[in-house]
Amino acid sequence: MAAKTRRYSARDVTVLVAGLGVAIVVNVGLVWGPTLASVGLSATDWNGIGPIEWIGARNYEDLAGTYPPFWSAVRNNVLWLGFLGLVATPFGLFCAVLLDRRLRMSRVYQSALYMPVVLSLAVVGFIAQLVFSSDYGVLNAVSGLHVDWLGDRAVNIWVVMVAAGWRHVGYVMIIYLAGLKAVDPALKEAAAIDGANERQAFFRVVFPTLRPVNVIVLVITVIEALRAFDIVYAINKGRNGLELLSVLVTENIVGEASRIGFGSAIAVILLVISLGFIVTYLSQLFRGEEER
Amino acid sequence: MPLSRRSLFLGAAAFGVPAVLAGCGSEDPSPATGGSASGGLGTVTLGSNASDEVPKKSLEAQVKAFTQGAVKVNTVDHNTFQENINRYLRGTPDDVFTWFAGYRMQFFAEQGLALDISDVWRDIGGDFTQAFKDQSTGVDGKQYFVPSTYYPWAVFYRRSVWEEKGYQPPKTLDELTALAKRMKADGLIPIAFADKDGWPAMGTFDILNMRTNGYDFHIQLMQGKQSWTDPKVRQVFDTWRGLMEYHQPAALGRTWQEAAQSLAQKKTGMYLLGMFVAQQFPEADRDDLDFFTFPEINPAYGTDSIDAPIDGYMVSAKARNVDGAKALIRQLAQASSQNIATGLDPGTLASNSKADTSGYSALQKRGAELVSQAKHIAQFLDRDTRPDFASTVMIPSLQTFVGKPAEIDPLLASIEKQKAAIFR
Repeated sequence: MAAKTRRYSARDVTVLVAGLGVAIVVNVGLVWGPTLASVGLSATDWNGIGPIEWIGARNYEDLAGTYPPFWSAVRNNVLWLGFLGLVATPFGLFCAVLLDRRLRMSRVYQSALYMPVVLSLAVVGFIAQLVFSSDYGVLNAVSGLHVDWLGDRAVNIWVVMVAAGWRHVGYVMIIYLAGLKAVDPALKEAAAIDGANERQAFFRVVFPTLRPVNVIVLVITVIEALRAFDIVYAINKGRNGLELLSVLVTENIVGEASRIGFGSAIAVILLVISLGFIVTYLSQLFRGEEER
Repeated sequence: MPLSRRSLFLGAAAFGVPAVLAGCGSEDPSPATGGSASGGLGTVTLGSNASDEVPKKSLEAQVKAFTQGAVKVNTVDHNTFQENINRYLRGTPDDVFTWFAGYRMQFFAEQGLALDISDVWRDIGGDFTQAFKDQSTGVDGKQYFVPSTYYPWAVFYRRSVWEEKGYQPPKTLDELTALAKRMKADGLIPIAFADKDGWPAMGTFDILNMRTNGYDFHIQLMQGKQSWTDPKVRQVFDTWRGLMEYHQPAALGRTWQEAAQSLAQKKTGMYLLGMFVAQQFPEADRDDLDFFTFPEINPAYGTDSIDAPIDGYMVSAKARNVDGAKALIRQLAQASSQNIATGLDPGTLASNSKADTSGYSALQKRGAELVSQAKHIAQFLDRDTRPDFASTVMIPSLQTFVGKPAEIDPLLASIEKQKAAIFR
């Protein structure tokens, strides 16, 4: 009797325990462990060598009150997110819509726009230096300007965002192109028969059917904005106007400074910002599942 | 060597990827095995930041002369080595490692990460001046460092340009300003300048502060014992602001290499930098390179101090082959080793007073003379103060000043506030 109701053989149980166990160990060890350790360390002034001393919220007070790069980094992270989300992503969508209309030589345009996506952002950073360097850059040489594109705090963040956007546009375009190809042409024809012009057909019919793609693109845009690091690090180590939260974490923890407690506090702030987006996204996703 | 490989791996597992970088960044451990393991002292491991071609070659040549044991050199990219030094020393460090003199050495000695090598100094002490010994001594009065080579900072220029225009090296700040004005009128940018990497401006601050307020004040300021809002510091930045109009504009977008090339191409008139500026000059132009020490600002101090950072070696507290390590640094401190170094690398000088200077280039000879005349030798801002203060406070602050030289008071107040948070 008992043997009949047992639904898993010993082997099944072993496999289950091994499989789940590994996943749990990896998850706790690589994700939860470091996260909680960061939160804990952010309340200490550990330098990586000496004893760990508890100092409560002092790191956060120092961050907000006495560490000028912090607010530049916050501002730049917001700008970065805004630029990618409001300029680069819509432009990628625009390119996708144009290319979807079977223009002559659309494959050529498509390749040209997609090309930068194969480059690492660090490489994009090196290319940006060749173009924007004040002494040796192509832009100043060709235009006869004398602008310090990379050194002037007022302009360098915009220059770098344009360089990052150069890659982002191609990325977004290819995803939207795939989405647009999947839209049933009958929908557009029906809209045309109902007397909708191109604009109306796009915004009222095509765009809403792209909802799943929109969500993916939104997530990609947010992630790209939050993980931006390599391009500014390649240009000037993320200093002098190019500060980002991710760079400050590295500068304080990985660099010779070794202000592990202080750097952890910055990491926690980055985590909280990321969590805001992740929770919003996941709750949207699960709500969508339930409705289905 | 399976054992050390294994322990390197364990160290890596415990301290994350950077430790791997610092521990065994070089895939091909240099086959610089001087003598055989039968030399009696076994194998000594040497962690090296000499990743550039010339210094790397120089170290390999010096190590080859070591006959008391085998040496295994682990070369790591220069900046990576520095950035990972904490994790490296806490993990599985090599027996001997390359490092810098001054506060930067003392900091790690104080944390118990370096081995006391006072016994080595009892043997080699006679070969070094007191200044070098001081820079190798920790706060507890014991020695932790062996000096190898060093390079002075000065104002470099092209002799041919100056002869053609009839310029003379200035002796005072007023003469410097007058000269800069003349250069401007002659269509030259007077002072080459770059601070994209964040550290070159530290050299300008150091020299202005030492000329204005003297060595002792400068060192106390670096050690957090003086206030940055002191009017004396304010005066340094005021002087600097006055000179700013003669500096090459757009400095924050330029690397020191690019600024050095503007000097080589005769677009700029002079450049305050370390002697390594020579690296940017083609071989044929090197004899045309000359320098003068930064002119006097305050007669009370004259030109008695300069920056001349010393590179050298330390033994890690966790060294496995202590006898071998001490034998190796004893050897590296010898005049014979340093002769090899200065012969291969024309931008450096030997710290051992018995080193043979007859092979020096004209530039090296003048560099040695400059240092021998200086009463005080500083190590450079990021070696004279805490590493966290230098990198997270001073680099952004000096860049802010270079970008907006007019706003001094809020900047100094901010530095003082951040200093208080770090030095507490």
